[in-house]
Amino acid sequence: MLAAILFTLGLIGLIARRNLVFVLMSLEIMLNAAGVAFIAAGARWGQPDGQIMFLFILAMAAAEVSVGLALVLQLYHRFKTLDDEAPSEMRG
Amino acid sequence: MDAAFYIASVVAIGATVLTITRTNAVHALLYLILSLLAVAVAFYTMGAPFIAALEVIIYAGAIMVLFIFIVMMLNLGERAAALERRWRTPGMWRGPAILAGLLLIEVAYLLLRAGNATGAAQAVEPKQVAMALFGPYLIGVELSSILLLAGMIGAYHLGMRKIEEMREEHGTHIDEGRVVASGDLVHAGADRADRAP
Repeated sequence: MLAAILFTLGLIGLIARRNLVFVLMSLEIMLNAAGVAFIAAGARWGQPDGQIMFLFILAMAAAEVSVGLALVLQLYHRFKTLDDEAPSEMRG
Repeated sequence: MDAAFYIASVVAIGATVLTITRTNAVHALLYLILSLLAVAVAFYTMGAPFIAALEVIIYAGAIMVLFIFIVMMLNLGERAAALERRWRTPGMWRGPAILAGLLLIEVAYLLLRAGNATGAAQAVEPKQVAMALFGPYLIGVELSSILLLAGMIGAYHLGMRKIEEMREEHGTHIDEGRVVASGDLVHAGADRADRAP
């Protein structure tokens, strides 16, 4: 339940916000919600697998955030804005 | 014990709602840290104290420090100064302080009860987690280490290109060094080609 609510909130934030830093924060919230679901399932059945999955999610979140924030820095230096519509100059 | 979990959940949800509705990035980060701390308390009540500690250390510690650094690097000049002035007014930290106080009371209560604090839910010991992690899940550990390496190299590369661009703008001396080095390479290859037949 908590996981579902947190995931939904993260999704809303991902869709609604225009600032790239907020989008990354929403991604963090969603990953955290997935971790909550894993921990709850692991606690329910008394197995360590849930916690191991959370460890993997943690490592993945760290890698994702480091690359994502480096991209945000690049984008800011190139476009001088954090609007996520700015780099959409690839017209089909 | 159930009550503790539900209080932590409510704090986490409230902090998350406040996170995605703030317009100021620093305030949103403050609420996000609070949300992560609340989730850590929820983990503790769910019988995963080791994961709760990791959540506080890695998520609320390391990853949030990254975010705060980026926000500080992007908020340059007058906007940062205005931010700093508004920071001093008490209304800005009242919300996080109230929610964090709730969590503090809850943690104190849980610690004072001591002993079998991880009550109804089945507690999973860190030892079990470690045994399973380095047993059947060993390949996952290796894969995550490769992922972290890729992330590190990617972040380094993306940060590196900016420095090169700055040097190109200022007229660089690095290209001359590259030309000399490539000249050496050509010489070495030429010698080898001469001796080869």
